[in-house]
Amino acid sequence: MAMHIVDRRLNPSSKSLENRQRFLRRAKALVQGAVKKASQDRDIKDVLEGGEVSIPLDGMNEPRFYREGGIRDRVLPGNVKFVEGDYLQRPQSKSGRSNDAGEGDGEDAFRFVLSREEFVDIFLDDLELPDLSKRKLAEVENEGLRRAGYTTSGSPANISVSRTVRLAMARRVALQRPRPEAIAQLEAELEHCSDERRPELLAEITRLKSKMRRIPFIDPIDIRYRRFENVPKPVAQAVMFCLMDVSGSMSEHMKDLAKRFYMLLYVFLTRRYRKVEIVFIRHTDRAEEVDEQTFFHGPASGGTLVSSALQAMHEIVQSRYRPADWNIYAAQASDGDNSYADGDLSGRLLKDMILPVTQFFAYLEVGESGSHPFEMSESSLWTLYQRLRAEGAPLSMRKVNDRSEIFPVFHDLFQRRQAKERVAP
Amino acid sequence: MTDRLYEGADWDFTTLQRIHDACEEIAEKELGLNVYPNQIEVITAEQMLDAYSSVGMPLYYKHWSFGKQFAHQEASYRKGLMGLAYEIVINSSPCISYLMEENTATMQTLVIAHAAFGHNHFFKNNYLFKQWTDADGILDYLDFAKGYVAQCEEKHGRAAVEQTLDAAHALMSHGVDRYPGKKSLDLRAEEKRAKERRNHEETSFNDLWRTVPTGRAKSASLLSAERRRALLGLPQENLLYFPEKSAPRLKTWQRELIRIVRHISQYFYPQGQTKVMNEGTATYVHYRIMSRLHQTGQISDGNFLEFLQSHTNVVFQPNYDDRRFSGFNPYALGFAMMQDIEKIVTDPTDEDRAWFPDIAGKGDAMAVLRDIWANYRDESFVSQFLSPRLMRHMRMFHLHDDPAVSEGIRVDAIHDERGYRRVRRVLARQYDVGLIDANIEVVDVDLAGDRRLMLKHSVLNGALLNEPDAKRVLQHLADLWSYDVSLAEVDASGLVLKEHVAHPRVMAAAA
Repeated sequence: MAMHIVDRRLNPSSKSLENRQRFLRRAKALVQGAVKKASQDRDIKDVLEGGEVSIPLDGMNEPRFYREGGIRDRVLPGNVKFVEGDYLQRPQSKSGRSNDAGEGDGEDAFRFVLSREEFVDIFLDDLELPDLSKRKLAEVENEGLRRAGYTTSGSPANISVSRTVRLAMARRVALQRPRPEAIAQLEAELEHCSDERRPELLAEITRLKSKMRRIPFIDPIDIRYRRFENVPKPVAQAVMFCLMDVSGSMSEHMKDLAKRFYMLLYVFLTRRYRKVEIVFIRHTDRAEEVDEQTFFHGPASGGTLVSSALQAMHEIVQSRYRPADWNIYAAQASDGDNSYADGDLSGRLLKDMILPVTQFFAYLEVGESGSHPFEMSESSLWTLYQRLRAEGAPLSMRKVNDRSEIFPVFHDLFQRRQAKERVAP
Repeated sequence: MTDRLYEGADWDFTTLQRIHDACEEIAEKELGLNVYPNQIEVITAEQMLDAYSSVGMPLYYKHWSFGKQFAHQEASYRKGLMGLAYEIVINSSPCISYLMEENTATMQTLVIAHAAFGHNHFFKNNYLFKQWTDADGILDYLDFAKGYVAQCEEKHGRAAVEQTLDAAHALMSHGVDRYPGKKSLDLRAEEKRAKERRNHEETSFNDLWRTVPTGRAKSASLLSAERRRALLGLPQENLLYFPEKSAPRLKTWQRELIRIVRHISQYFYPQGQTKVMNEGTATYVHYRIMSRLHQTGQISDGNFLEFLQSHTNVVFQPNYDDRRFSGFNPYALGFAMMQDIEKIVTDPTDEDRAWFPDIAGKGDAMAVLRDIWANYRDESFVSQFLSPRLMRHMRMFHLHDDPAVSEGIRVDAIHDERGYRRVRRVLARQYDVGLIDANIEVVDVDLAGDRRLMLKHSVLNGALLNEPDAKRVLQHLADLWSYDVSLAEVDASGLVLKEHVAHPRVMAAAA
């Protein structure tokens, strides 16, 4: 008998992806809650790796009619000690329906694994980038072709047959081109007709034939070509400046907090923009652009001049990231120390040079874990920025002392605008 | 000496073809099996998981519940809690067997013998499958269903479709016809029958009958109630068929969706009734084929040992007090019974002759087995062919758990002369679909009043429905019916033990 072997291994594998998405959509609120909860217990790096979450079964269950309790008769294998008439103790722990496991809601929670993408999506779902108005159409990555109607000239390869035939038919109908069947019918009539009718018929046939010749089946004016045009595909791009004070007063713990914040910001930006560049600027009393390794781990010492970093950022923006083409984000992390004399200069730089070109500027003041934010006296940088803010500068600033606060702070900064607007009026 | 089919664990498609042909030779010539053409599909582990979540079918409509199942299974598979089946086989023509690519050559041989011949033969020949399923049409039907559901979603919105499907899924377990449908009456035959009846009355007329007292005439209201029920086709045990045909406010597409779920439910109905037999058959067949392949030298001793190890795992039956125990293993019980029958037919003891006079010593084991495979289901199979020897061997005993008895659970029968028949009867009942599912029927509709749909659960042995779930299912039914629905749980004496009522919610479709 004929037998077929089919190799299905190369078929698209995630056939149930669609079903999975439906499931996630349905359980959205529950999953969101679970993701929030899961993200509190984990390091940010792990949070963004996706992983297992569990949601309560309620609302996701599929009810069935099934029975429980009552008198039950069962046959079991493996009797070694019982004889007819013996009594067994009822198992205490399970109530009534111990043996019908698998039916109904055996578990309280439903556990499953989310992919990284799904996790991040849900994780950042209710966050939004501030001030998206400046998104520029820049850096044309590629040009695509797009159908753009029909044209009367073009290459033969692009002839649109259906459109051409349709036009030809319309023209033939409009000009009343005689149909071949009509002529054939007259000719058939001619063979059997009486003599007096013959000349009349002949004239008619000649007239029709000549008209048919005058009006061709397809005329060059009928021909249409498919038209294509080039479309630039815009790419929204962003650059993210990470500014950090690396003077001696910054401990490893503080750097770690800053790093986590930058990481979140990066993940967030990459979801909104196709292309995101990062610039690391570290500073003591002078600033330099460095790579990521040096930024977080390189040793440095010296005083603290925030203005140096702002100046460096300004120069880099000037030379490499035209504000017209780039969405500029900046996050500054510091323990708040700044030399007293630097305050004015920093304030001016920030207000006149930096803030006008950035979409968003966040200042994150990091402290030692355990110290309570309200017990700290206001640092010099914090005081400075607060003054700027009071003058109306678009600055976001937060204090963070502990890992667990990073996400709430981040979440707070990027919360959907509607929430604020609702409060405002 | 025949050549080896393969060496070691590796295989390719020509190996599979060779294996299939060798198995086919034995299956047809020696075992006399009659199978659908085979289609063998090689899939990955991930695809196997995919197949799991759509009840093994190669195509299925989209629904969130399958996604949920997939998410759940994927999680436990990744954690290593669950191994995957070696194969999945589909009752269709051609008969499709999925083989996992990770299997070794021996495993593929086992799987081909098991699924492509064992299950395949059972699907093609067992009366339940013949009666209830259309192997030729199922894949086309599923294809239609998938397209239709997608089309409905586009037209009427995903929420509305989902709501209807949710409701239909909740009723799925009670959406099957348990008895072959009434054939529509042939008018000519009907006329003939009426004439015969008249003739009979005329020839056997006896005026005495007129004087026999009869009961009181039925009242008009009683008659009209009966007539109404007859018109609605009540009582109706198919809880999907009834709303599909009679729910007053469903749209045509909703009826069609319910119909799709009902058809699929019906298609799977025989599988639930023949688990022991189906697996027993397939296991017996693979055991015979593998043994013969080994005997003829087509597979090596080492590979045969590998097979025996898997086989032993498959037919392992833990005892009731074992941590791994979760009821009778259908593979173990089925295989043991098939082997037992073979022994009764070919080499009977006196006990066998007394218990199975029809088949004991008949000689041709395959003929007897083929006949059994064609004409029984689990319940009848166990109740007729479970032998005292096997009951002793598996040390079966019967527990009677009556919550009213405070001493505990009573051992009612064990594997001894007094107990054999009782143990067998109770075990057979465990496989009786009539007793596994709650017996719930639509009994009436209050057409004159508030159009309430009335259901009845005939309670057996005092086992009531799980209340939260029953309420939810009833809610779904009320949504379909679009008026109130009530369910009375009634015991054998007619006493109402419990009553549930559900009011319809607004269906998304109405918007």
